[in-house]
Amino acid sequence: MPSNPPLVEEEPVVEPVEATAAETRHVHAALTRTSTGKEDLRELESGLDSLQSDADRKHRIDWTRILLPVAALVVLVLVWQFYVSLGVKRRDLVPGPLDVLGQLGVLWSDGKLQESVCTSLQRGVVGFLISVAIATPVGLLLAQVAPLRRAFGPLISGLQVLPSVAWVPAAIIWFGLTDATVYFVVFMGAIPSIINGLISGVDQIPPQYRRVGTVLGASRLQMALQIVLPAALPGYLGGLKQGWAFSWRSLMAAEIIAVGGTIGFGLGSLLDQGRTLSDMAVVMAAILLILAVGILIELLVFGPIEKRLLRSRGLLSGSTR
Amino acid sequence: MPVVLENLGKRFGDGAPVLDDVNANIKQGEFVALLGASGCGKSTLLNIIAGLEAPTSGALEVPSDGAAFMFQDAALFPWLTARENIELALKLRGAGKTERRTKAQELLELVHLGSAGDKRPHELSGGMRQRVSLARSLAQDRQLLLMDEPFAALDAITRDLLHDELERIWKETGRTIVFVTHNVREAVRLGQRVLLLSSRPGRVVQEWSVTEEHRTDAGLAGQLTGVITARLREEIRRHAK
Repeated sequence: MPSNPPLVEEEPVVEPVEATAAETRHVHAALTRTSTGKEDLRELESGLDSLQSDADRKHRIDWTRILLPVAALVVLVLVWQFYVSLGVKRRDLVPGPLDVLGQLGVLWSDGKLQESVCTSLQRGVVGFLISVAIATPVGLLLAQVAPLRRAFGPLISGLQVLPSVAWVPAAIIWFGLTDATVYFVVFMGAIPSIINGLISGVDQIPPQYRRVGTVLGASRLQMALQIVLPAALPGYLGGLKQGWAFSWRSLMAAEIIAVGGTIGFGLGSLLDQGRTLSDMAVVMAAILLILAVGILIELLVFGPIEKRLLRSRGLLSGSTR
Repeated sequence: MPVVLENLGKRFGDGAPVLDDVNANIKQGEFVALLGASGCGKSTLLNIIAGLEAPTSGALEVPSDGAAFMFQDAALFPWLTARENIELALKLRGAGKTERRTKAQELLELVHLGSAGDKRPHELSGGMRQRVSLARSLAQDRQLLLMDEPFAALDAITRDLLHDELERIWKETGRTIVFVTHNVREAVRLGQRVLLLSSRPGRVVQEWSVTEEHRTDAGLAGQLTGVITARLREEIRRHAK
C-alpha cells in the first residue's frame, strides 16, 4: 500500500504564457476542469475504462490437465508390473497389477467392494459434515473473541497434532464396538483441524476489511458473518480440506483397529480381513480403494470449489493449478 | 455546522502530540481540502472525525449519524461484485431488499459504471475500483463524506477525470466533503477552502478560499497553487536540521 510519498509538487508555479484562454484550459489540465460537460466526462471515462480493463478471456478445456495425470498413472503401473516380473519377491507377497485387478473383480462380484466403499464413504461424509457444523461456529468464536482464543488456542493446536488413533482405545472402552466409536475418532481428528484452518484464515484477513466494516456500521455479528467469514474463506477451505483428510484417515484407523460388534464392514475392515487371511491381493486392493476415494473426493469436490473460489477473487492467474 | 473542531489534540501513548490545538469549522455542503506534508496527522484527524479514534484533548462536534469514509485503496471486498459491494453498505445501513437493488443501480449509474456492476473488483481498473468505492461511501447516505487521499495511487489521466467526476457528484448530492491530500494541485482543484496543516504537531496554520474563477482560469489557479506550495515548503523547512 503506498504510504504518503515525500512531498514533491511538480512545477507548482504556472507561467502566464502567451496562450489564449481556451488553450490554457487544456494545457493546465490538473488545475482546472478537464472535461467540457457531463456527456464528455462519461465518454472519456468509458474510453479509459475499456483501455484499462482486460478483455475477457475464454476458458477452454485444457487436455493436458486430463492426459498428464493419466500418463503418470500408466507409467507407475508399468513400473510396478516390471518390478513384479523381475521376480525379486514371491508373487503372493508382492502381487502384480493384474492380480490386484482380478481381486477387485472378485470383491465386486461378492458385493464386498460396494458394501465397504459405501459404508466407509457414508461414515466419512456424515462425520465430516457434523464436524464442519461443530467446528465452524467454534472456530469463528475463537477467532473473534480474544480471551477465548488465548485460553483454548493452544489446546486446539495441540489436539491437531495428537494423532486421532490415540483416541481409539478410549473410545472402545466408552462406546464399545459401535458406530459411536468410529464417529468419535473422526470428530477428534477433523474438528481441531477445521477450527485451526478457520482461525488462520481469519488471521490473514487484511485489517482494512474490518475498518471498512466498522465504517459501514456492521454490528459484531454482521462483522463475523458478512465480512470475516467470507474474507477468511480461502483459509477456511484449506481447513476443510485438511479436516476431510483427517476424518478419512481417522476413520480408516478406527475401522482397522475396531472390528466386530455392531460396527459395519468398511474399507478399513476389508484391509484388516486381508491381513488376517494373509491375502496380499486383498490388502493391496483395499489400499488402492482407500487412495482412490481420497483422490476422487479431491478431484470432484474440493478441487472445483477451490478453483472457483480463487478465480472469482482473481487469485488464480500465474498459479500452476 | 456539521463539523466543529475546537482545540483538538491527539497523542499516542507518551509520544509527541500528533495533533495539537486544531481548530476548524466546516459548513453544511462545503468541500474542504485538508492539505499537509507527510506526518502531519491528516489521517489521524480524519479518523477522529469519523469516530474511529478518540481525541486526547479538545472537543469536536460531528453529525450524530456519523460519517461516510473513503479510503486510499478502494478496499472493496473481493468476494463480492461491484454491485454487491454497494448493496452490502446499503444492507448494513438497514435498507430492504428492493430498495437495495434500485439504489445500487442508481449509484452505479451515478459513477458511470451502470454496465460494470457484475464485475469483480479484480476485473476493474484502479479508477473504476475507486468509483465503486465512492458509490459505496455514497450508499452509506451520510451528509458528511470523509476522503483519505482517495486518488493518490491512481495514474495522472485517471486522477484528472476523477476530479471532474467528484466535483460533479458533490454538486449533485450536496454532500459535505472533507478531502485529505498531500497534493497542492489536487487541493486547489477540488476544495472550496484549503486548510494547511503543519507537521509534528499537526495544526491548522493557514487557510485559503478557492473561488469559481480558479476552476476555469488556469493562471489564477496556478498562482494560488504557487502561494500555497511556498507556504507548505516553509513548514517543511522548519524541520530541517
